[in-house]
Amino acid sequence: MSRIIVITSGKGGVGKTSVTANLGMALARLGRKVALVDADFGLRNLDLILGLENRVVYTAIEVIAGECRLEQALVKDKRQAGLVLLPAAQNRNKDAVTPTQMKDLISNLAKNYDYVLVDSPAGIETGFRNAIAAATEALIITTPEVAAVRDADRVVGLLEAHEIKTIRLIINRLRPEMIRQNEMLSMEDILDLLVIPLIGIIPDDERIIVSSNRGEPLVLDSKPSLPGMAFENIAKRLEGKEEVPFLDLMAHNDNLINRIRRLFKG
Amino acid sequence: MINELIERLFNWSNTNSSRDEAKRRLKLVIAHDRAGISPEMIESMRQEILEVIARYLEIDQDETEFTLESDQRITALYANFPIRKVKRQKLLVRDEESETTKT
Repeated sequence: MSRIIVITSGKGGVGKTSVTANLGMALARLGRKVALVDADFGLRNLDLILGLENRVVYTAIEVIAGECRLEQALVKDKRQAGLVLLPAAQNRNKDAVTPTQMKDLISNLAKNYDYVLVDSPAGIETGFRNAIAAATEALIITTPEVAAVRDADRVVGLLEAHEIKTIRLIINRLRPEMIRQNEMLSMEDILDLLVIPLIGIIPDDERIIVSSNRGEPLVLDSKPSLPGMAFENIAKRLEGKEEVPFLDLMAHNDNLINRIRRLFKG
Repeated sequence: MINELIERLFNWSNTNSSRDEAKRRLKLVIAHDRAGISPEMIESMRQEILEVIARYLEIDQDETEFTLESDQRITALYANFPIRKVKRQKLLVRDEESETTKT
């Protein structure tokens, strides 16, 4: 049984595309066959983050129009076996396809893959409705910012109305130092507000920007990194290994000043 | 003592942290979003309910609470109207009215 998972957030710029790229890569490294679908028609970026932008020939639009076969549009990742990308059209807008067309396309794709991860555009309009049309599961991305948390809650409501029952949360760009100073919502705060199960926390890290500059998802890096580990852990939890513990970001980010401070606090 | 001094010196413990503020504000706005009710609607609802209650009871206007709260994805309307006293006369008038209509 293949799983169709939409990755969505409501608010833009919270890291949907980076999460999709890294998670897809991590699942493929676990030996799964993974198809990544860019559902952001007109503003595609998943190809760029994955470093596959020069190999895009056909897009989902040509497949839907019957101008090419589905297999022809899939871009195979040469670095990682089992990973393919179905690019979005760049010269069309989000109204160029309907939810029914997207649903048929993705259901077709799912026949040959263990996972189909759909990278949703921001917003809750046509593009979002297209992205969730075929999905049976959802990963909500939020950051510890008021606007992102509010939008995430709104999207959860819309997904529930769309009968998507399995909804899990990824908190991105957590900054332990700010939480310690009580200047940022903590993981517990966000869970308290949103009341959906957590599947991952990813620390804010410059390396995510560096890896997107290069078009090489962080999980490909031979040097282990905290965000890379966070992505790998999410992949394992998706695979049913719920017992994988969450990274203790608060401990990792500790420094001398903080220790002295706690010493005084007793 | 030393703790307090250090805290104040480095501004380490700020009582009204932006984290608490964010959480408080989000709690409220999410409750409204989930219910799909605007603050104006809440206010007019409060007014109307208060009018009805005021016919029978004397309410402490300053102490009333009327809020939407969300918990475990269920939104509830909490209303708290502290009663000063029951308006006896009003009730009697009502009773007489109903009796006259019966006859």
